[in-house]
Amino acid sequence: MSPMAVLDVTKRLFKHDIRFRLSLLIFVILLVFAVLSVFSPYDPRSSYYVPINRPPSLSHPLGTNGRGQDLFWMMAFALKNSLIFGLEVAIISRIIAVIVGVIAGYKGGIADQVLIFLCDSFIVLPIFPILIFLKLLTREMSLSTLAVVLALFGWPWDARLIRSQVLSLREQKFTITSIFSGENTWELIFYEYLPHILPIVFATTINNMLWSLGLEITLSVLGLTSLDIPTMGTITYWAVQQQAMVTGVWWWILFPIVFIVLLFTSLYFLFVSMTDFINPRARAIAR
Amino acid sequence: MGSFLKFFFKYFVGRLAVCLLVIFVGVTITFLIPRLIPGANPAETAVRRLQMAGSYLPPESIEKMRDELLKLYGLEGSMAQQYFNYWKELLKGNLGPSFASFPTPVITLISRSLPWTVGLLVLTSIVSWVIGTILGGIASYRSNTLWVKIFEMFSNAVRPIPYYIFALTLLIVFAYILRWFPAGGAYQIGIEPSLSWAFFKSVVQHGFLPALSLIIIGMGSWFLNMRNLTSNIIHEDFVTFAKQMKLKEPLILRNYVMKPAMPAQLTGLALQLGTVFSGTIITEIVFNYPGLGTLAFTAIMQSDYNLVMGITLCSIVAVALATLLVDLLLPFVDPRIQYTGGAT
Repeated sequence: MSPMAVLDVTKRLFKHDIRFRLSLLIFVILLVFAVLSVFSPYDPRSSYYVPINRPPSLSHPLGTNGRGQDLFWMMAFALKNSLIFGLEVAIISRIIAVIVGVIAGYKGGIADQVLIFLCDSFIVLPIFPILIFLKLLTREMSLSTLAVVLALFGWPWDARLIRSQVLSLREQKFTITSIFSGENTWELIFYEYLPHILPIVFATTINNMLWSLGLEITLSVLGLTSLDIPTMGTITYWAVQQQAMVTGVWWWILFPIVFIVLLFTSLYFLFVSMTDFINPRARAIAR
Repeated sequence: MGSFLKFFFKYFVGRLAVCLLVIFVGVTITFLIPRLIPGANPAETAVRRLQMAGSYLPPESIEKMRDELLKLYGLEGSMAQQYFNYWKELLKGNLGPSFASFPTPVITLISRSLPWTVGLLVLTSIVSWVIGTILGGIASYRSNTLWVKIFEMFSNAVRPIPYYIFALTLLIVFAYILRWFPAGGAYQIGIEPSLSWAFFKSVVQHGFLPALSLIIIGMGSWFLNMRNLTSNIIHEDFVTFAKQMKLKEPLILRNYVMKPAMPAQLTGLALQLGTVFSGTIITEIVFNYPGLGTLAFTAIMQSDYNLVMGITLCSIVAVALATLLVDLLLPFVDPRIQYTGGAT
């Protein structure tokens, strides 16, 4: 899958799929906003540097919150942190999924059975209570540690998907051709199989980000993550915690919700239109 | 018929054994985990907390307190002895006292909040399942109708939004801005729980928003699920055949399109009913509903070990029973599964 091919696919999707066009547009805007956080005049961890509870104005486009923080810059930081967090989880769990899926699918036999059993055990584990217990044990969990923990839970579905893809690839003629023409297993997997697996990896990346970002928000609003780092979850936590809707500071709670809804819907529809493109017969089945 | 009963009995005993085994393993794990975690001795934690609170205690009374606490937690004697005692107390229905709200027994706390969670979960699961399943079946049969498209768009738009955010939005709009419903609790403070109309009305009012949030999300996902399942079925030969026989549409829909999708949908429903522990935890926290989820959450935050273990046990039993229910029900809706112990 060369960069040109990716560009070509994007162009075609952009032309024919209105969902893709809209969600890509929103996502790019959010991305630009996240990158803007580099230019922030404030430190995201400090508070009480601006007057509290000011409604949106020219100097503070999204208003300020009850902790004396400028919501515009806080949202930018939160978006950046959340996106990086989601990508971290996605990349680590994709690596596990590809390794497990390819080995299980290609090797078959006992290796396959053991790996699939492992997959299924991870699938049935109730992740939410486990995360709360983990939090209880470790007390302080940084965002990156949480990303690693989530990644350890986020691979099994996609490993199964990749395995089934490899299973069907193994039966194709080009597998035999390439083995007979002297390619070793690594070459076969990297040059012949990976191009077929990569679309799955890309599509599931987005799905996985939706999942991990959702969990991050859930854990944060329960006060279970490091609350001084702005993320989509912690920013909502503070607004709810300090009773923003009771005290009438509507912008404090409104903007996080709006941004979260925009982020999730745009990611979701990107995912849906991509899976429809890869496999038009199967409708997108998000977890 | 006699042989059927025999097979059923054999099947039932087998499934029941599996169910009991799962419960046994679950109980053993809940017994082991707090004992294997280093530095998590609840008696030490309790003593330390008292000392940190600044009260001076003479060493001999600390010693005595530690012994008492160990006894209360069932941490006396060897591991085997503890395990034996644990089972003995468990079968008597004694889960020990709660420590955050000492000396209320854990079983009282659980039985106080269990009805709220079970009521909310069972009601919303069944309502959303029935509506979602029926609409999903009709939707793939008549995919060009306007309302199908609208409903599908709606389900798809709601789906990616994290449940917490969705529930929070409902709460803000209906309880804070419009003020149509109360913002929390299960019934109005001051009304005694009784069989009166006022109490019933209060419960419905307070439960409406949490139920609504669960129903909307649940309905959307059952709808899309059922649509996925039946969208293949409508192209099957037997459906075409039924149409050519000029059978009535509701009949085709019910017996030819929706029936084959039932096993999968029913399995999903039963498994969802088993999630008393985590199923409504967020709902209860957002809407401040006094159910098992809230109880579990506060128990964990206050390191109330006995309570955490009690609730974990409840959820293990619930999941095991739900799986048993699925196993027993499936052969009735899916004739391919037979009571002889496997698919044929």
